[in-house]
Amino acid sequence: MKLVDHFVEGLTSPICLTWELTYACNLSCVHCLSSSGRRDPDELSTDEAKAVIDELQRMQVFYVNIGGGEPTVRSDFWELLDYAIAHDVGVKFSTNGVKLDEARAAQLAATDYVDVQISLDGATAEVNDHVRGPGSYATAIRAMENLYEAGFGQFKISVVVTRHNVDQLDDFKAIADRYGAQLRITRFRPSGRGADSWDELHPTREQQRQLYDWLVARGEDVLTGDSFFHLSAFGEELPGLNLCGAGRVVCLIDPVGDVYACPFAIHEQFLAGNVRSEGGFRTVWQESELFAELRGPQSGGACTKCSHYDACQGGCMAAKFFTGLPLDGPDPECVLGNGERELAKLEMAGALEPGVIPKPSLDHSHRTAPREGGPVPLTLSVRRPDRACDSDPLAGEGTRLPAGIRVG
Amino acid sequence: MSTTAAGAGPQATPAGVGGFDADGPYRISGSVSVRPESFGALVYDFHTRRLSFLKTRMLVRVVESLADHRDVHGALEAAEVPAHQREQYLKALAGLARAGTIKPREDAP
Repeated sequence: MKLVDHFVEGLTSPICLTWELTYACNLSCVHCLSSSGRRDPDELSTDEAKAVIDELQRMQVFYVNIGGGEPTVRSDFWELLDYAIAHDVGVKFSTNGVKLDEARAAQLAATDYVDVQISLDGATAEVNDHVRGPGSYATAIRAMENLYEAGFGQFKISVVVTRHNVDQLDDFKAIADRYGAQLRITRFRPSGRGADSWDELHPTREQQRQLYDWLVARGEDVLTGDSFFHLSAFGEELPGLNLCGAGRVVCLIDPVGDVYACPFAIHEQFLAGNVRSEGGFRTVWQESELFAELRGPQSGGACTKCSHYDACQGGCMAAKFFTGLPLDGPDPECVLGNGERELAKLEMAGALEPGVIPKPSLDHSHRTAPREGGPVPLTLSVRRPDRACDSDPLAGEGTRLPAGIRVG
Repeated sequence: MSTTAAGAGPQATPAGVGGFDADGPYRISGSVSVRPESFGALVYDFHTRRLSFLKTRMLVRVVESLADHRDVHGALEAAEVPAHQREQYLKALAGLARAGTIKPREDAP
């Protein structure tokens, strides 16, 4: 039996465990895989999180990938980080950099067994902030500078490859080189709010080829999270595990303790259990029916007849699911165009109408709609702006009315 | 995550390369953790962040018992590695030594 076959059947513990500590986030990235924004009131407490770490130590989960939301906005983040490392669970955490000031950078530089991943989705502020929000580029760069100055060593710059930044791969590499960092690029999935931005952001077919060629030519020192295996159908297999690891070597613990097959599959269909239930995470990982099913023989459907099936294994489960494709169908970004043809067929048949395509089970997005209810007390200027273009409320020295008075 | 597969495969490093000395005492590196799996074991080095695989249970037994033996041959003997497989196992162990998974031991018993 080949090593990869053991992975297919699942291991006693996950190799790659993602743990999203909170749905709270200071940003509202349009492609957020977990639709994060607001904290969930049912979030695991500090003690519950420590109990999970104890369990991971017993299961010899060597390290966890901590994300969110923005994990560092949890007030106990640094406590949990130290606790994990003290319990033989290494930590790699993803952050937008908001809390990585000089002092935290120095603290991290002095901590063993912690890896830091700064998210950046454009090599320029223009491209990055379009997806991640105004000011997010500057925040990320400042965090990188702080880590560099503190002598942290090789942190990682994590890029989700999109239609807008696929031409910037060399520029990302240059940024990484400037800060002594390692570049990590991963595949954009239609998960969370990514479903809403998929049509605009996912790379075109020509760009998929461009990305593949770049990975073959320049990808040697670049991490990919083994996420581009669907591109292996272009020719030579890309390095890493060329199959879907969901429930086999990969899973997600979400902020409320729910265990999903994969970080990109936050939907009840891929929910295996909860760490708060009896038996904890170990029982979910080892005994859940869903994971047993995912570790069993998979039907590749029509794809099994394709000569490239061995290379791509039908692609990404989450990408199919959230675009409305059947799980035994082609990947929406199948390099042979089978996904696009299948989607066109489904659209003709009216099978992709709103409400038919599965939506993520949870949405913690910031509320951007106006609040319902009574008037909001505001202090309003009654002075005309000095000039027509002075729309800034602080322009001039407006005479102010006391709070609570409604105008008009 | 970088991965390497250490095993009795053809890609393993030849014995002797990287200063591996089967006549000397060895042990698992202090920064390495070994997790048993059905096929053998997963090995993680907290220092280099490298994940590698011991592809047979016999190799796991050999690696884990290195610290109890005066030399590598003693560990192979104790794990009852058949004579015709010794060469392959030495190659695999040389690969592990090169990767820093196992290290020469100063304190020979």
